[in-house]
Amino acid sequence: MAQPEYIGVKDIDGPFILLENVRGVGYGELVDIRDGKGERRHGQVKALSEKATLVQVFTGTENLVPESTKVKFLGKPLEVSLSKSMIGRTFNGLGEPRDGCGELYGGKRVNINGLPLNPMARQYPKDFIHTGISAIDTLMTLIRGQKLPIFSGNGLPHNQLAVQIATQSKVVGSDEFAVVFAGIGVKHDDAAYFMHELSSKGHSNNIVTFLNLADDPVIERIATPRMALSTAEYLAYELGMHVLVILTDMTSYCEALRELGVAAGEVPSRKGYPAYLYSDLASIYERAGVVRGRSGSVTQIPILTMPNDDITHPIPDLTGFITEGQIVLSRELDAKSIYPPIDILTSLSRLMKDGIGKGFTREDHPSVSSQLFASYSHVQEVRSLAGVVGEDELSKTDKSFLSFGGAFEEKFLRQGRDENREIDNSLDMSWNILSTLPESELTRVSLADIEKYIRKKDQ
Amino acid sequence: MEIKNNKEIFHEGTVEFVSGPVIKASGMREFGMREVVKVGSQQLMGEIIKMNGDEATIQVYENTDGLCVGECVKGIGEPLSIELGPGLIGSFFDGIGRPLDALLKEEGMYISPGTAVNMIDRDREWDVVPAVKVGELVSGGMVLATIQETPLLVHKIMTPPNVEGEVIWVIEQGKHKASADIAKLRDARGQEIVIPMVQKWPVRTPRPYRERLLPNEPFVTGQRVIDGLFPLAKGGTACIPGGFGTGKTVTQHQLAKWGDAQVVIYIGCGERGNEMTDVLEQFPVLEDPRSGRPLMERTILIANTSNMPVAAREASIYTGITIGEYFRDMGYDVAIMADSTSRWAEALRELSGRLEEIPAEEGFPAYLPSRLGEFYERAGRVVTTSGENGSVSIIGAVSPPGGDFTEPVTRHTKRFIRCFWGLDRALANARHYPAISWTDSYSEYAGEVESWFCANVDPRWGELRGKARAILAEDTKIQQVIKLVGEDVLPDDQRLIAFTAFLIKNGYLQQNSFGSDSYSALQKTFEILRVIIEFHEKAFVLVKKEIPISLIKDDESVSAITHLRELAADDKDGFALIRSRIEEHLARVATERTKKVKGGGQ
Repeated sequence: MAQPEYIGVKDIDGPFILLENVRGVGYGELVDIRDGKGERRHGQVKALSEKATLVQVFTGTENLVPESTKVKFLGKPLEVSLSKSMIGRTFNGLGEPRDGCGELYGGKRVNINGLPLNPMARQYPKDFIHTGISAIDTLMTLIRGQKLPIFSGNGLPHNQLAVQIATQSKVVGSDEFAVVFAGIGVKHDDAAYFMHELSSKGHSNNIVTFLNLADDPVIERIATPRMALSTAEYLAYELGMHVLVILTDMTSYCEALRELGVAAGEVPSRKGYPAYLYSDLASIYERAGVVRGRSGSVTQIPILTMPNDDITHPIPDLTGFITEGQIVLSRELDAKSIYPPIDILTSLSRLMKDGIGKGFTREDHPSVSSQLFASYSHVQEVRSLAGVVGEDELSKTDKSFLSFGGAFEEKFLRQGRDENREIDNSLDMSWNILSTLPESELTRVSLADIEKYIRKKDQ
Repeated sequence: MEIKNNKEIFHEGTVEFVSGPVIKASGMREFGMREVVKVGSQQLMGEIIKMNGDEATIQVYENTDGLCVGECVKGIGEPLSIELGPGLIGSFFDGIGRPLDALLKEEGMYISPGTAVNMIDRDREWDVVPAVKVGELVSGGMVLATIQETPLLVHKIMTPPNVEGEVIWVIEQGKHKASADIAKLRDARGQEIVIPMVQKWPVRTPRPYRERLLPNEPFVTGQRVIDGLFPLAKGGTACIPGGFGTGKTVTQHQLAKWGDAQVVIYIGCGERGNEMTDVLEQFPVLEDPRSGRPLMERTILIANTSNMPVAAREASIYTGITIGEYFRDMGYDVAIMADSTSRWAEALRELSGRLEEIPAEEGFPAYLPSRLGEFYERAGRVVTTSGENGSVSIIGAVSPPGGDFTEPVTRHTKRFIRCFWGLDRALANARHYPAISWTDSYSEYAGEVESWFCANVDPRWGELRGKARAILAEDTKIQQVIKLVGEDVLPDDQRLIAFTAFLIKNGYLQQNSFGSDSYSALQKTFEILRVIIEFHEKAFVLVKKEIPISLIKDDESVSAITHLRELAADDKDGFALIRSRIEEHLARVATERTKKVKGGGQ
């Protein structure tokens, strides 16, 4: 079907062009735009009325001449073409190859926005993912099909942690494993680090990469995570693979959304971000999970850098309301050279409760993790008290908490970048550290567990 | 699938403008305000929210991608309504009342726009028992027939409100499809009225009742911090505000599981898909502690997950409460969990922004407080139009941005609720669940329901509650001092208060959401607190006799207090044993000390 081509646009404003008297165009439709020299760009219909049609141009409106610009409405939404041969390839933010290995042929084309998954089609995620990182496995267990973001700050080792999770992850009984990496407004160096680390650690032939670098057009950032997630859903639900999606950096995504919202003249909400930021983020994060009757799964690890390390900033705040927990990195621990610098008290895995314990990890796991949280939380109080009255003035119990805190950070939390600890090992280590506390302080573990894991060992 | 009730389509307009879920159409003079319309070739469902001359503004409940200017808009001649009838229990609906299992069958794993399915399966057969005879006079709310919908719940088919007349025909006893008519009436003007088994009701209109009752019966939840300190009454309103990760959803799930209601409606409003799946997988296997039947047999789920269209989020709350009122009218106690009302308020804000209305605080529309008020006021314990007692309790989660309780949604909600369970970030970080703060929370029902507890559990209930609260309040002050100078320099009576508060927090208020402690029977709730308060009072006497607190604390029977919750609710001997061991220990400490003093030791 030949679509009519319109020559000339009325207004150009930032990334938007405005056309008049266009007929039969659908909301959200993909647009093909040619400038005077015949070069192509893509755009999308953002608002429609009888007289005017507003089109958002990906790759920007530079060099467009109102008189000579040709616009064609393609009658379909923004799509990505999917096939098995995507694995191992690198694409740009709009799904075009950027690795110089030629176009992708065949495959099926799908709308990148996807459709909401019927909650009845979902299966509640319960399979424990072993990451080999004590803090994560014991205290904020990652579950297959979960969305667990890393809340970080500029200069913290979130990239290293993400790579360690991606390379060490193993789920019992799964061999079809793939990583989909979406770089949204990332620095060249960060992208290069990921590529190098993942391929040198044996993931070169099961990784699909979508890269929108920091100097690529801002508007493409809106499409990049959706491209990646459409790919992940295809690999998971149609090819039956277990897919780990790393989205970095979601802060750049939200900044792009704000930039476009302001350019489109929308009424801004908190800190100038659009009022629909929550719904928009949800349309990305909710695309994780396990579907009944399909063998694959999509697990998401979005990374975001908290502006000024402020966890109440709208980006981490809204993210935390949608995702199933968060891993928060602490600048204070990083300053003590503890890797991974995970602030366990503010970190959380919501799906953990059903994926640990008897039949999953070990029966003492739920209570011992609860005890670690409770005791480490008390360590913070004792430390601030010690800061006021001095360590020597502390009671005997409080002193034991101080040494517990130190041991927890130095032995349990700290581990090597290639160190892969078994969950049993991590749990035993927890009991060892807890045994330095008086028994009367162990209120979260049952008396039977104290008997089994502490008293027996002492004998 | 065809919806039979909507056979008549009256008039047509034309799409003029599209911006996400808000569209404008012209040629709309014939349409009614708040009328439901079908938009475009995909038949997207929408609702008229503004009339301006010939032009109407429509909020569309489904994704508008691909919608073109010039497509037609058709009215169905009625406001947004849902179907009420047998088959609601155990079902799972989206925000505008479409059953998700039917959508799954029809559409596969994704929800695509423009699918119309009946809310209630018309082909399902029910055992109908008529409750009236030909010739009887009936009025609104009176029961025409009954159906045993689940082993525990009798579904009563009622005369619709505002209808009355003489019964001229009634259904025969036996199996009938849900599409059947129940009775025919002749009203005062001689007109015949047919009453179907499945009735409709507009969601934004509260169903009528005869009069309001005082909320003086508690809504027992099995959560110690709620039953024991901040109780909710049947027909009451409560809110649970908390930043992310403080446990709103877990608390809501706990209440949905163990709350004392015959019908529970759980509205997942703008929250995670997996959370609804969790309920869907758990509830059919979990048992109601009162009846021993699967929890799903009393539960109705409504989900508009965060990635589903935002306009339907606004409607989901009304869908839920209308179903609630319907069961209330049958004389049942209904509990509604709305998780989270902030997402509903944000949906209002998003739509308001697209309508280019002038925003009030933080971009929320100026009518936010009145909408919140209208919603919470639909709760209550009432005498129904047929003279029975029924109640609707509402428990709304609030998700304040950054955990800041001064933001508009929390602040305005506080004006309309009477029970406030504020979740505390520090408690959540220490994994003290439920993280309901004992300093910020309050319950205005506490006084009204106390006599019930005293009569039904133990006469000392109110007294112990008062003592526990006093100790916790005193402890809050003491903790501030401890933060500055440490515990050791405090006088022993203050250290005892701090220690008892520690026992209350860790042994009583803290409660696991899984395992045997998940539901704490009232007797157990009472026994644990009794052990703690009795210990405190006896120890206080010793402290006054200058017996050091370190001696009082140092015994296994005392540290066992924080493990009392591991006992079963009916283990009276277990509680008695601990009590006597504590008594022995305290007596021993007292006598040893006296001996030492007498012997001139030390």
